[in-house]
Amino acid sequence: MATETVATEVNAGMPQLNFETFPNQIFWLLVALVVIYLMLSRVALPRISAILAERSGTISNDLAAAEDLKNQAAAAEKSYEKALADARSESNRIADEARAEAQKDLDAALAEADAKISAQTAEAEAAIAEIRANATQNVGEVARDVAQALVSTMGVDVNADAINEAVTARMKG
Amino acid sequence: MATETAYDGAEETGGLVFHPLDQFIVKPLFGDGPVHWYTPTNVTLWLAIAVLCIAALFIWGTRSRSTIPGRGQSIAELMYGFTHKMVEDITGKEGLKYFPYIMTLFMFILFANYLGLIPMSFSTTSHIAATAVLGFGVFFAVTILGFVLNGPSFLKLFWMSEAPLFLRPIIAVIEIISYFVRPVSHSVRLAGNITAGHAVIKVFAAFAALAAVSPLSVLAITAIYGLEILVCGIQAYVFTILTCVYLKDALHPAH
Repeated sequence: MATETVATEVNAGMPQLNFETFPNQIFWLLVALVVIYLMLSRVALPRISAILAERSGTISNDLAAAEDLKNQAAAAEKSYEKALADARSESNRIADEARAEAQKDLDAALAEADAKISAQTAEAEAAIAEIRANATQNVGEVARDVAQALVSTMGVDVNADAINEAVTARMKG
Repeated sequence: MATETAYDGAEETGGLVFHPLDQFIVKPLFGDGPVHWYTPTNVTLWLAIAVLCIAALFIWGTRSRSTIPGRGQSIAELMYGFTHKMVEDITGKEGLKYFPYIMTLFMFILFANYLGLIPMSFSTTSHIAATAVLGFGVFFAVTILGFVLNGPSFLKLFWMSEAPLFLRPIIAVIEIISYFVRPVSHSVRLAGNITAGHAVIKVFAAFAALAAVSPLSVLAITAIYGLEILVCGIQAYVFTILTCVYLKDALHPAH
């Protein structure tokens, strides 16, 4: 039974080779191809290529913007560091200046004090010298008085000039 | 109409019935009249469904034009990128002018093949009438384009300047024969693959009527169906890539 059926089919031939349907198939195929071509070339493909171009544009724009921001951040960091370094050197400069000023004041005060001290020293030395001179003179007088008294006590009369001379010669010796 | 009555006669035999080729019969959609060139047939219906599917994917799917694509738009973009890259890789930048034509061919064959896998559907690409129009269309377009772009130097395609002189005429004859066989193999390959797969599935389906072998038959149908899913994609791809290769010959005929 089955073989008979198959035989019938084979005798009937393939529907693919039924040439009566060819004009129909070819006509509708061409219609379909033209419609697909028009849809794709007029609408779909330009749209998709626009989408893809826009996407790659967006991506490269975003990348450029990111790069820009990165550069800005780097510049900001650099200027911050520069400001920091400037502030540091400024503070150093101010500190140095203050130190120099203080040193100058100090030097002036020291010089003034030194001057005052040397003046006082000189005054004091003058006073000491005067005192010493006075003292030497006093010692001479005392020695003359004592010598006169001694001599007069011993009962010898000597004039004052001789005693004076002797005392002065002794004191020199 | 004689053949149609022959098919009808076969229907009446009982038992284990094999109609592996009945799925390919072209029938009018309305009534039983003769198939004129303008008659809406099941061919018309399934071509229209293919057109609608392509419109749905490529026009409706990309309607939002979003920078971050949705599912439909992603598929449309993938198809676009895949075909675009294939055309550019094979034919070079000059071939991109013909990208819409190749995209049309590829999408039509791909969708027609896969729609043919739906049970009870009609496979438009299983008919040599359809694939011959595609194959010979590509052949004539590429040949005319070759002569228009290159003039008589297009004939260098057949003249191997690297081969030894005495071999060149022989090679030229072989090249010319192979050139004219191209459209035949191009179209028969597609129709033959689709027809064979569908017919084999139908034969296994007929065996399912026997209770003893029906589980095996169902398994076999499943396996063949899986194979057919591959074949449908690969045949569409092969057809398109060969079209690109032929186009490359027209653009750059010197080997």
